[in-house]
Amino acid sequence: MKSLLKQLRPAVLFFLAFTVVCGVAYTGVLTGIARLAFRHKADGSVITVTLKDGSKREYGSALLAQEFTEPRYLIGRPMTVSNLSPVSGEQARLVAQRTAWWRELDPENTADIPADLVTASGSGADPYISPKAAEYQAARIAKARGMAEGEVLAVIRKYTKGRFLGFIGEPGVNVLMVNLALDGLI
Amino acid sequence: MSFIILQDAFFIAVLAALSVPLGLYIYKVMDGRRVFLSRVLAPVEKAVYRVCSVRPGEEMRPRKYALSVVAFSAAGFLFLFLLQLLQGFLPLNPEGLKSVSWHLAFNTAASFVSNTNWQAYAGESTMTYLTQALGLTVQNFVSAATGIAVLFVLIRGFAMKQAETVGSFWADLTRVTLYVLIPLSIVSSVLLISQGVVQTLSPYHAAASLQDGARLTVPLGPAASQIAIKQLGTNGGGFFGANSAFPLENPTPFSNFIETLSLLIIPAALCVTFGKAVKDGRQGRSVYAVMLILFIASLIVITVSERFLAPHFGSVAAFGNMEGKEVMNGVGASSLWGASTTAASNGAVNATPDSFTPLGGMVMMFLMQLGEIVFGGVGSGLYGMIAFVMLTVFIAGLMVGRTPEYLGKKIEPFDMKMVCLLILAPPLLTLIGAAAAALMPGAQNWLNNTGAHGFSEILYAFTSMANNNGSAFAGFDANTAFTNITGGVVMLLVRFIPILATIFLAGNLARKKTVAAGEGTLSTSNATFVGLLLGVILIIGALSFLPSLALGPIADFLTH
Repeated sequence: MKSLLKQLRPAVLFFLAFTVVCGVAYTGVLTGIARLAFRHKADGSVITVTLKDGSKREYGSALLAQEFTEPRYLIGRPMTVSNLSPVSGEQARLVAQRTAWWRELDPENTADIPADLVTASGSGADPYISPKAAEYQAARIAKARGMAEGEVLAVIRKYTKGRFLGFIGEPGVNVLMVNLALDGLI
Repeated sequence: MSFIILQDAFFIAVLAALSVPLGLYIYKVMDGRRVFLSRVLAPVEKAVYRVCSVRPGEEMRPRKYALSVVAFSAAGFLFLFLLQLLQGFLPLNPEGLKSVSWHLAFNTAASFVSNTNWQAYAGESTMTYLTQALGLTVQNFVSAATGIAVLFVLIRGFAMKQAETVGSFWADLTRVTLYVLIPLSIVSSVLLISQGVVQTLSPYHAAASLQDGARLTVPLGPAASQIAIKQLGTNGGGFFGANSAFPLENPTPFSNFIETLSLLIIPAALCVTFGKAVKDGRQGRSVYAVMLILFIASLIVITVSERFLAPHFGSVAAFGNMEGKEVMNGVGASSLWGASTTAASNGAVNATPDSFTPLGGMVMMFLMQLGEIVFGGVGSGLYGMIAFVMLTVFIAGLMVGRTPEYLGKKIEPFDMKMVCLLILAPPLLTLIGAAAAALMPGAQNWLNNTGAHGFSEILYAFTSMANNNGSAFAGFDANTAFTNITGGVVMLLVRFIPILATIFLAGNLARKKTVAAGEGTLSTSNATFVGLLLGVILIIGALSFLPSLALGPIADFLTH
């Protein structure tokens, strides 16, 4: 115990030194770099739109999903985190419930529903859907807005991010950006 | 599927290519030589020693080294515990968060000091910016540096002859942190910020939703700087509750690639460092090979299970199991991350492990149950693996009736006692913890899933804590007094028993003479030995865990 106490002085001093180096200096320098070089991204990629009357309005982060339910909007993934086993009965019930919701929203569309639209993501805030899931909704959006389906598909394509280097990760359509574009805000 | 194979192959190629120069660099740093960063960092290093009034050349005996590790960790534990209890009254708290309950503060302090980073809380609603930066970020660095320092004690045990001392903990700690962890973290942080990971001290941002103007909150904070070291130091504690599944923690396929690579790069590089330090590159290559074989086999099983064994639902076009996964990652990058985070004792997630298919989840659990030696924690993975190598040499020696030796050192009874402590502490604590939790009245109320999968949630929780991993089947309600306290104790025991065993093992090895390799010496660098080592690892893992796996994921798989 006496020898442990003897080690305490350097232990406390080193701990305080590293709290300054790693906690204050390191965090501070990176926050500074972020502010100077990547301010928009470091502050959460918040979308600011200048409206026709010249006022500015913020529509949340381009990286966080928002709830859309109306037929004229592109609709994203369920905004919950289930932590359910994919083979559980509860999961089967939830998927069936979501499938029924999609069928009711768009009765004319009899195609199979892409899986990402009826499964929850890990964050509950997935801003992307797969290109197939966006194309599945194009005809319905076009009808609700009185647009041509081709125009809707063009907007979807514009806000589709490809794979990194062409083969890493999966392509995704940013739901919020598509909807802002459809509303003529960006 | 072809994209998945391509990206997995590319990942392993990049990992292998980068691990060699990094491993050689770490060797130079730990050998006390000048490196290209010395111009900038040597003055900082000197200043640290001066402030702490320590002479870096002062060598320590094993006992003093061990006491220094324990005292340093104790100081960190106490500081982090008190910081959480007091955060409600301290500055840098723009959201007005309250102080943390004592049992959660205990669990979190134990978890971060032990390099586990099990989290019974969600960062954005629990921890202030001050706690995140001064408390959690600092422990991310120093707990990782402690693991690497202890590995070097063991390496010196093999390299030195008839020596009484094993190096200076203060010099090891300082050099690893300054020359290895901080530079890598700065590079990674800047790349992550460029992709959209947040890094600011501003309060959370309020905005309105597009469809109906509903109020939205964009959670912010000094996140990227902590996320970089969380990935690199096999820590794994998310800045936000959803960890790297959360878009502001991991926004793009590129950020995901950087974060996945960071999971394994240091533990992989340390195999190269080891070979260099014991002056026999083949010894490093053989443990690297064993790790890669186990990793690739696990990756294949997880990926195939997630891609092809997902359930089929009526009128749903499925392309694998997407429950709990982000679109940007899909099945491929989520499976690669799942294998990497459980192979390394990291525990960060980019998809919810609870929602993996039964077999995918089982392989992740088994990778942890092997004792976190398939790459494993920074430093701790390799000293755990070296313990398995010594066990294998010992068993092989028994078979032919010769005194076992490894790297020129005879392996004797005291060494084997330490090896047993290293190897047996994690499985014992896993099984005792899981059994105790399963026997608690009302345990079923902590579970999100029922039946076999519910038991898997308990088994996964204690597997994760008792192997210093930190990932979770997050349906499990971890924030109860029982789990916080037993889990906290388990995490501390399973971190510090092996650390002490390693230091005393190293001290005993350092005192010995070296014996020259002769005709009858078992080669520890050929394919036969790689096979033998794989066999020993798998047999110990299977003997310890097959019964409990049968009750959990295997039953889950067979009954659905």
